[in-house]
Amino acid sequence: MTMVFQPSPDMPPPASQTGLLHWVRNNLFNSFANGLLTIIGLAILANIIPPLVNWLLIDAIFQGTAETCRQGQGACWAFVDAQIKLFLLGPYPTELAWRPIFSAVLLFGLFIITARHMLKTAHLVVAWLILPLPIYWLIGGGLGLEVVDTSEWGGLMLTLVLAVVGILASLPIGVLLALGRSMQNKVIKGFCICVIELVRGVPLVTILFMATIMLPLFLPTDVEIGILYRVQFGIILFSSAYIAEVVRGGLQGVDKGQGEAAVALGLNRWKTTIFIILPQALKIVIPPLIGRCIALLKDTSLVVVVGLLDFLGIAKAASQDAEWLGFDAEAFVFCAFIYWVLCFSLSRYGRSLEKRGQVGHH
Amino acid sequence: MSGQNAALAAKNEQDTVISLVDMNKWYGDFHVLKNINLEVQRGERIVICGPSGSGKSTMIRCINQLEEHQSGTIIVNNQELTNNTKALEKVRKDVGMCFQHFNLFPHMTILENLILAPIWVRKMPRKDAIDLAMTYLKRVNIAEQSQKYPGQLSGGQQQRVAIARSLCMSPKVMLFDEPTSALDPEMIKEVLDVMEELANDGMTMLCVTHEMGFAKSVADRVIFMDGGEIVEENEPNEFFNNPQMDRTQLFLSQILSH
Ligand SMILES: Nc1ncnc2c1ncn2[C@@H]1O[C@H](COP(=O)(O)OP(=O)(O)O)[C@@H](O)[C@H]1O
Ligand SMILES: [Mg+2]
Repeated sequence: MTMVFQPSPDMPPPASQTGLLHWVRNNLFNSFANGLLTIIGLAILANIIPPLVNWLLIDAIFQGTAETCRQGQGACWAFVDAQIKLFLLGPYPTELAWRPIFSAVLLFGLFIITARHMLKTAHLVVAWLILPLPIYWLIGGGLGLEVVDTSEWGGLMLTLVLAVVGILASLPIGVLLALGRSMQNKVIKGFCICVIELVRGVPLVTILFMATIMLPLFLPTDVEIGILYRVQFGIILFSSAYIAEVVRGGLQGVDKGQGEAAVALGLNRWKTTIFIILPQALKIVIPPLIGRCIALLKDTSLVVVVGLLDFLGIAKAASQDAEWLGFDAEAFVFCAFIYWVLCFSLSRYGRSLEKRGQVGHH
Repeated sequence: MSGQNAALAAKNEQDTVISLVDMNKWYGDFHVLKNINLEVQRGERIVICGPSGSGKSTMIRCINQLEEHQSGTIIVNNQELTNNTKALEKVRKDVGMCFQHFNLFPHMTILENLILAPIWVRKMPRKDAIDLAMTYLKRVNIAEQSQKYPGQLSGGQQQRVAIARSLCMSPKVMLFDEPTSALDPEMIKEVLDVMEELANDGMTMLCVTHEMGFAKSVADRVIFMDGGEIVEENEPNEFFNNPQMDRTQLFLSQILSH
């Protein structure tokens, strides 16, 4: 006679030890040495945090003039408040401020659309890749919009333009360099290796100087390219080389069987690359790509050395304003805070993209 | 009379789907395939077996040139395989292949996996491609999974999808490289059933497998390889009951003993 198999009922897992006290004992006081370190750490924090909080918030002056600030003890956020337009837009004409703001809205909107996956992947890619055009058009004018000379661009806006356009334009170039580097053709391969290694072998400052000083030497004398465009070109070149290496890592990480399966189905090399290899490679490298975005966002502060007033540059300039002399600390703390907010958000954003990827969707 | 002979010869010629003549391949200095001669007729079902490392995979991968051969000729569908890329792509359209690890595209849904090649290689309208894909998904009993991603399916289901994906290109030949050896035991049968059905429909098949039950019931011919050579080939009954070479006898005793 056959016996009927009865599955055993599921049991809950054993209760884990939880609670605050348990956590503190396990993580802070789990040995004598660790306990000592914890106490020393707490002592140091106790000495730093209260004065810091006092300066940053409690004694801080949020409204008033430079005079009110000088009489107070804390940070002078009134200064940042008074100069906020300068911080954000630099010398950009105030009455046209809606144009950079609208660009920012476009950028932010595209971030949300991407996170929510409201468009097909292919459309998203196109939207991101053409984003530099409306950004430059809105901020710089032309084609029916009043022209704003690039010498009037500055502040956080300039930082974001250089970084966002830098990353977006360098993505396709980096991908092409990476593909070229993994090709059989010796000439193309050699060329790509040269570009990548040359650019990665020099500091960004050098590239910026070369772009501003040497680029005009290669151009016909009657062609005049504004310094901002030259700097942007340098940043794109710099970023492309690094992105190429990141993408190459991704290309190598894609299982060889994927390409074989595609080829076996009759797809040619280009279609295999575009439909099968690249999407998987790019998905693998989302974390390092976000890392590159963050790095580039911060690296753009180097454009100060060629005379552009980006966010950091404008912060310095603002603190030398005759009326608000002596509030450098506030300017730089504000600057650091905004940089941190941007980079941290980018990092979180990248994490959320990764998580989505793991579910198995695009 | 002679006219009839010529017609017969022509017919024979036309019915040879694959022919390998004195084919050799090296990996660097390593002579991996030695003087391979093999003719496959339309509708023939061939099972290839042999110990690991004997060159089975390499041989069938030469047939769609995932691997290049260095000497000898390979003719597939009357087209000689050289390093002419255009001709190769044309041949590959008509040669389907299933891999040990399925190699489905993980970033695409099952349906997208199936319609990719019909749309981009056969230039089929999207709607027709979807209809075709759904037909084949039904045939491998998996139509209800069409919107899922490969990672959400079991191994057996993935391999059936892989077979359907190849079939969407209406291949004239199907190559299988150990299609069941990465599967859990209880999933092997569902894949073998699909393959057997395919064989019964008259598909020309070359199948590397150690599923001897499948070989006995489906194959027209069994080929045994060792050390990069075809050691013995025969129809299944003779092959299993009366192997000629000692090497074959040893191999069979090893895989059939437990
Ligand atoms: N890409 C390669 N480079 C060098 N040697 C290889 C390569 N692929 C396979 N081989 C060698 O060729 C031999 C045959 O391999 P393979 O055709 O995969 O054998 P099988 O499929 O019969 O197990 C093995 O010895 C293997 O190590
Ligand atoms: Mg093998």
